[in-house]
Amino acid sequence: MLHTFVSYVEDRPGVLTRVASLFRRLNINIISVTVGHSERAGLSRMTLVCEASAEAGHRIRASLYKLENVIEVDDIAGAPTVTRELALIKVTATRHNRSAIFELAEVFRARIVDLTAESLMIEMTGVESKIEGLIQVLIDSEHEILEICRSGKMTMRRGHHTSRVLKAMGTGDAEPPEQEAAQEADAEPE
Amino acid sequence: METNTNSLSAAPAMLTGSEILWATLVGEGVTDVFGYPGGAILPAYDALRKFPIRHILVRHEQGAAHMADGYARASGKVGVAIATSGPGATNLVTGIATAMLDSIPMVCITGNVSSKVLGTDAFQEVDITGVTLPVTKHNFLVSRAEEIAPAIRQAFQIAKSGRPGPVLVDITKDAQQATARFDFEAAQPKPYRPHPMLKVETDGLSAAAELIRGAKKPVILAGHGIMQSGAMEQVRALAERAQIPVAMTLLGIGGFPASHPLNLGMMGMHGEAWVNDAIQNADLLIACGMRFDDRVIGTPHTYATKAKKIHIEIDPAEINKNIKVDVALVGDLREVLEQLLPRVSSGKTGQHSGASAWLKSIEASKGESAVRDMKNLPDLGHLYAAHVMHDLWRITGGNAIVATDVGQHQMWEAQYFHHEHPRSLVTSGGLGTMGFALPAAIGAKVACPDKEVWVIAGDGGFQMTAAELATIRQENLKINIAIINNGYLGMVRQWQEFFYDRNYESTPLVSPDFVKLADAHGIAGRAVKTRGELAAAVEEARTHNGPFLLNFLVEQEDSVYPMIPAGSALHEMIRRPGHNPLVETPDDL
Repeated sequence: MLHTFVSYVEDRPGVLTRVASLFRRLNINIISVTVGHSERAGLSRMTLVCEASAEAGHRIRASLYKLENVIEVDDIAGAPTVTRELALIKVTATRHNRSAIFELAEVFRARIVDLTAESLMIEMTGVESKIEGLIQVLIDSEHEILEICRSGKMTMRRGHHTSRVLKAMGTGDAEPPEQEAAQEADAEPE
Repeated sequence: METNTNSLSAAPAMLTGSEILWATLVGEGVTDVFGYPGGAILPAYDALRKFPIRHILVRHEQGAAHMADGYARASGKVGVAIATSGPGATNLVTGIATAMLDSIPMVCITGNVSSKVLGTDAFQEVDITGVTLPVTKHNFLVSRAEEIAPAIRQAFQIAKSGRPGPVLVDITKDAQQATARFDFEAAQPKPYRPHPMLKVETDGLSAAAELIRGAKKPVILAGHGIMQSGAMEQVRALAERAQIPVAMTLLGIGGFPASHPLNLGMMGMHGEAWVNDAIQNADLLIACGMRFDDRVIGTPHTYATKAKKIHIEIDPAEINKNIKVDVALVGDLREVLEQLLPRVSSGKTGQHSGASAWLKSIEASKGESAVRDMKNLPDLGHLYAAHVMHDLWRITGGNAIVATDVGQHQMWEAQYFHHEHPRSLVTSGGLGTMGFALPAAIGAKVACPDKEVWVIAGDGGFQMTAAELATIRQENLKINIAIINNGYLGMVRQWQEFFYDRNYESTPLVSPDFVKLADAHGIAGRAVKTRGELAAAVEEARTHNGPFLLNFLVEQEDSVYPMIPAGSALHEMIRRPGHNPLVETPDDL
């Protein structure tokens, strides 16, 4: 199954290697990882997605916590979250077929952020499936894709429960109820 | 230059990075280090003589790491090894991995090239923090003198806290040479944060107590955690109150007295049949500070299928890793047992019903497979390794610290040398590192100079680190060495005999005359060929004023029994063959 871990790590050299090395050692492929500054000074926030057996979640989380530089780990499997990915897609486009791409972008709520005589660049934010939908439509419409750059998933739990609150409540391990998990389907109140 | 001790208590002083290094080690209570100098660590060595630290010069850095490891295992203190950059640092790696697999608190300090040339493939440069990343609990690259004291202090905290392990601190040469303000107190690390997933809940304790109360065939699995946590008394109390027999892992040996009537002996691949049978037939296993290693479970799906399992363990990542458990009490073993014990003792002794029937049935199962008291064996002229172990145990009263290498002799030692006390067996369990015994024994002797220390090694493993004989001589350490010399890489030969059609490829071994080798190092020695000479030779070694080497020329193609082939179930063991003179038969009774 797909596991998503949100982790706070110290912002210093070598920390990413330590985290990545743990997955390498377990022979687990990291599907995506996004890292950036968090609301806490000196700590980076990491969203890490990987494919592993259902039982592996506990061991990965426990092992991540064994790394000195890892401060907090949230295994958000199944929890209600907002998940986003950013994609930049460069497509061949001339003045003859530009408008068709504009229409597609409109439907997908994507933006055109760069335009030249031969190409244009689409910026899109959304859940993974929507980004893949846009890419598929571009391919099906025989627009030549020149480059794709995707950020990987960023995830945050819904509601006011920050990870610190969850920890204080001791529910860091708790699986959320099933029906709540179903909310995952992007409600998109943007 | 003022000495360290002054600088610790007095106002912060300006010191070089090298002086800060030693002063911090002194502040952490270090009295002995094992090391080997070289270019990138020379500034540190230059400052050494100002500090009250004994430096043991090794012959190979692997030896330094094993010595620090043996020091830690024998004393419970943090061992310290020092090496230079490049090859010095990489030579430590096997020793670091050995300590990692057995959770040994150790701090390794390496020099590195100056920070200006880091990453340029400078002479003797290696990315040792990168190399050791997967075999250390944590490591540090320090490139400024100011960072040395905080890094060293944090390294000690990490090494000994939670589940212990080795930590490496790599210090660039310019950081050793630069000057900085030294303030030991200010360099104190943040308070230790226990693993956030440690969890011992009342529910879990009640469930565990309930399982113990209801069990008819319980077994305690005693692991290394007993020593690490200092839970010897608590485990004993649990066993005695509820009359639960105790099986030990290799590293658990010593955590529960061998002579205790509830002690079954070692479990696993070379555990006695009654121990493994007891585990397979048990209805409850109480795992205390052990990790269900593949060498003790055989295969996960055949392991103790009838038993409920309680796992008391400090590392949350070990829970449900190899064996699914019913109750996990994740915390320090001693603390958990102290919470559990009152719940077990509520009522009369022997909480679980049928204790005596269970103990009797285990006792009965010993009959055919028990090893008889070997001192009564007729002297047929053969010298078996088992004889050597048995006599060493008998003559030393089981009070010696024994450092073993890896292979057949290691298993024979575990079977026939009965350890009464914790920290009296020093052996590489998880990594199985040949060449461990000799340097580990040096570390143990430095840590415990008043204890009798024996090395027991095979002829193969001994040669891997035999250069440390010179270290013994130079440091004038009273260490006795028993080489179990069968002319083969014995355990590999045994596998070839059992599983590879006796194709003894690359296992026959030509060795030097070990007695002459010892002599060349100024160490006395004697070869022992028959049972009759054994006891006198051991006594000679013990009473000799100085180190002594005994070269035991034992039966060449003897094998360790019982044996569970890798990948088989615990009850599918290869038993001792009937003709083996060590096996008790009904006729002997």
